[in-house]
Amino acid sequence: MSNDHSAAHGGSSHGNATSYIIGFVLAVILTAAAFIVVMGHSLSPSATLMAITVLAAIQVVVHLIFFLHMSTTAEQAWDNKVFLFTLGFVAIFFVGTMFIMDNTAAHMMSR
Amino acid sequence: MLGRLSFADIPLDVPILVGTFLGVAIAGIAVLGLITYFGKWGYLWKEWLTSVDHKRLAVMYVVVALLALVRGFADAIMMRTQLALAYAGNPGYLPPHHYDQIFSAHGTIMIFFMAMAFMTALFNFVVPLQIGARDVAFPFLNNLSFWMTAVAFALINVSLFIGEFSQCGWLAYPPLSENQFSPGVGVDYYIWAVQISGVGTLLTGVNFFVTIVKMRAPGMTWMKIPVFTWTAFCASVLIMIAFPVLTVAIALLGLDRYFGMHFFTNDGGGNQMLYLSLIWTWGHPEVYILVIPAFGVFSEVVPAFSQKPIFGYATMVYATCAIMVLSFVVWVHHFFTMGAGADVNAFFGIATMIISIPTGVKLFNWLFTMYKGRVEFHATMYWAVGFMITFTIGGMTGVMMAIPAADFVLHNSLFLIAHFHNVIIGGVYFGYICGMNFWFPKVFGFKLNETWGKRAFWCWFVGFYFAFVPLYVLGFEGMTRRLNHYSNPAWHPWLLIAEIGAVMILFGIVCQVTQLYVSIRDMNLAENRDVTGDPWNGRSLEWSTSSPPPPYNFAIVPHVHEFDAFMHDKENGIDTRQAGGPYQPIHMPKNTAAGFLVGAFSFVLGFAAIWYIWWLAAIGLVGVFATVIARSANQDVDYYIPAEEVARIENEHSRKLMAQAAE
Amino acid sequence: MAHDTTLSDAHAEHEHHELPTVFGFWVYLMTDCIIFGSLFAVFAVLRNQYAGGPTGKELFEISGLALETALLLISSITYGFGMIAAHKGQIKSVQMWLAVTFLLGLGFVFLEVREFAHMIADGAGPDRSAFLSAFFTLVSTHGLHVSCGLIWLVVMIIQLSGVSAINERMMNKLTMLSLFWHFLDIVWICVFTYVYLASMI
Repeated sequence: MSNDHSAAHGGSSHGNATSYIIGFVLAVILTAAAFIVVMGHSLSPSATLMAITVLAAIQVVVHLIFFLHMSTTAEQAWDNKVFLFTLGFVAIFFVGTMFIMDNTAAHMMSR
Repeated sequence: MLGRLSFADIPLDVPILVGTFLGVAIAGIAVLGLITYFGKWGYLWKEWLTSVDHKRLAVMYVVVALLALVRGFADAIMMRTQLALAYAGNPGYLPPHHYDQIFSAHGTIMIFFMAMAFMTALFNFVVPLQIGARDVAFPFLNNLSFWMTAVAFALINVSLFIGEFSQCGWLAYPPLSENQFSPGVGVDYYIWAVQISGVGTLLTGVNFFVTIVKMRAPGMTWMKIPVFTWTAFCASVLIMIAFPVLTVAIALLGLDRYFGMHFFTNDGGGNQMLYLSLIWTWGHPEVYILVIPAFGVFSEVVPAFSQKPIFGYATMVYATCAIMVLSFVVWVHHFFTMGAGADVNAFFGIATMIISIPTGVKLFNWLFTMYKGRVEFHATMYWAVGFMITFTIGGMTGVMMAIPAADFVLHNSLFLIAHFHNVIIGGVYFGYICGMNFWFPKVFGFKLNETWGKRAFWCWFVGFYFAFVPLYVLGFEGMTRRLNHYSNPAWHPWLLIAEIGAVMILFGIVCQVTQLYVSIRDMNLAENRDVTGDPWNGRSLEWSTSSPPPPYNFAIVPHVHEFDAFMHDKENGIDTRQAGGPYQPIHMPKNTAAGFLVGAFSFVLGFAAIWYIWWLAAIGLVGVFATVIARSANQDVDYYIPAEEVARIENEHSRKLMAQAAE
Repeated sequence: MAHDTTLSDAHAEHEHHELPTVFGFWVYLMTDCIIFGSLFAVFAVLRNQYAGGPTGKELFEISGLALETALLLISSITYGFGMIAAHKGQIKSVQMWLAVTFLLGLGFVFLEVREFAHMIADGAGPDRSAFLSAFFTLVSTHGLHVSCGLIWLVVMIIQLSGVSAINERMMNKLTMLSLFWHFLDIVWICVFTYVYLASMI
């Protein structure tokens, strides 16, 4: 993640074994939870979907922090801006596409 | 062995193509012969084709763009001539099979290879110089991008003589472009040409984004960046956002065709409307990618020839950014008639109309820049003023079509054709030619001939109105686009007028070629040479270097104090160049053949995949990977220009400046 | 204004300015992210277009999915250990961790290819329905990225055996591959959640 090469060999901003293991353990727990929620069939379908969505979102954040080492430090400001902008566009694109295609399908009775 | 390629695929039965082929072959042999005769192959290879210098890549991009302009215009005038003839029982001279290829090729070439290549040329030349950088962030990728664009253009031209081109329009809408209805190689040529050039464009976008974010001269904060660089930044963002979507849309169409998948087919649950949504998610930002840099050109030219700083710099920047963001949320206005409900169409219609507000802000800014300025009507300024008038009309017809109810009448009629040529010729083309006239002396060290420049402008400007105003009328009269022949007598006179306009535009292009010829012939006349590097009393940093700039651009990286950095320095008696040094060795990237090789292997891959020659496609693919891997292992990628050499070049320029000042 | 002092400072600063390679790669990854975003949108639109063919619920097996996910997750931490070794300059250790990562990634690709082969043999190939076209395209685009990552891992292992110390250029390449590899993990989270698990509810 970091562009600062002089700091690259310091190691602090690149994670150490502990942070990788914390990230890994969290990822395993979150993944396992998602599988268990689906296999257990204990929740209603919509609640299951909601649950695995939340779990996936948390796990993405865990990976970003512990594996991709994203942080709010000044030298990463642009990395974060680009990332957030991309997320924003993907959200507009995804929601827009669903809005258009669902609406069209409803009006054209094609589904 | 050769897949589906056979001798019968060479269209020897079409005299127009055979004639074109002979013309191209003779011209090609003549050019190659001249290069051989003058022994310039080594020079061409070492100094140009393998160059990673952004200034040389810019020149090569312009060469591609001008070739594409000639090809695209030849298509255009053939279409206009067909429609002037093919009336009341006369079939014209182009059968539908050929005519459909021509309009598809015209749109594809003009957008992807004329406009995009010209825009990239301007980015390449101007952006690093304006921000006080020595090159772009990734010089090798820059060279690679160029070759991807160039080989894709070559591929599309190969389709003239081997096989056929797509007959599905410039966006290849399914299901027409599916195997079921287009079993030939035409759509495959389209797919591969667009994908290969798309890779190049995407890399260009990433490259310039990183360059502008990370490589500005010290002191150049965001609100001190010249407007052209701002527009290049916004266009780069749009490229990075939009081109991946194009890649996906075209790839899915390719998967349908190559693997029998069902994304956009009639059967198997496919959905053609999804293709429209995807392609226009790219397509709408694409037109802003083209026009925003043109706005940037005018924002440099109008202040320079009005001898005033730009009016409302901050609003210019915010307007550009607003247009950039809004261009993501308007894509449905290209298919209001698709069948979505009123709520969808109303949302996207209103979003579209909102875009005219920041665009209007820009227009008023240019007008107020001229107001009470010392306006010099140089040929460059002609294009700018011609733009303001023409683009305003095009913008207003755009707002008309943004009203969904009106669009149901106008959709796919010639009114639409008139509208988008109104904004693309009047905005994009006028802008890029304006930029070419403006920066030409910086690139080559001599000015373009003004008389021929003005003649070219008048031919284009008047020819444009003759060619396209009739199309507005025809749109209201109900004539749809892409017609091969017709029988309505009311249409005929208007199409004859449009044909006259096309011929005037032809004269405009002839004037432009003559302008280049005359300028090169007279380049050594004293009034044409640009000795100072600052022929127009320019305002931004590119005018502080010599013309043409040295390979390293800036011997000492300038320090930026204010917006319009060079003008500020001139007014305050600061020597931006810091002539006299002390100079230090300058770190430079080495030229490399890797970009050319990746391009060549991509061409092989594309051509082989189009014709199902799988062994050759494998060679192309392996070649691409092998070249990239070999490049990554190469440690010998840079060198230093010694300080003495820098001092020699700089002192030479200082001597010329002194001689000029003494006169 | 004291132009002279600022100028000389700025000058010195610029001479040591490094090219922002890693930032550029991050920006490229974001464009890749949009490619995946588009493919997810396509999948979302076509996810119920079975055309009379099999549904996801009938096709997907949770045990295979769990194994694939496990391999990819473990490969993430092994690559992380490789990066830690790289920062310490232990070339042999880096090569070992990259090799382990390679094997895990290869296992993932192998399982995925086997799953695809089974589905195609059962008549549930990508040409069966729009849903399957979207499924195969989205998942195999991720798989192709992983395969490119595998080639890149091999190249890095070979290039590392020729050096005595990890220089800055090599470190940049390792960092970029790290970003690439972990990014593919994130895409996989979305794939197993929205493509597989959501179909099995």
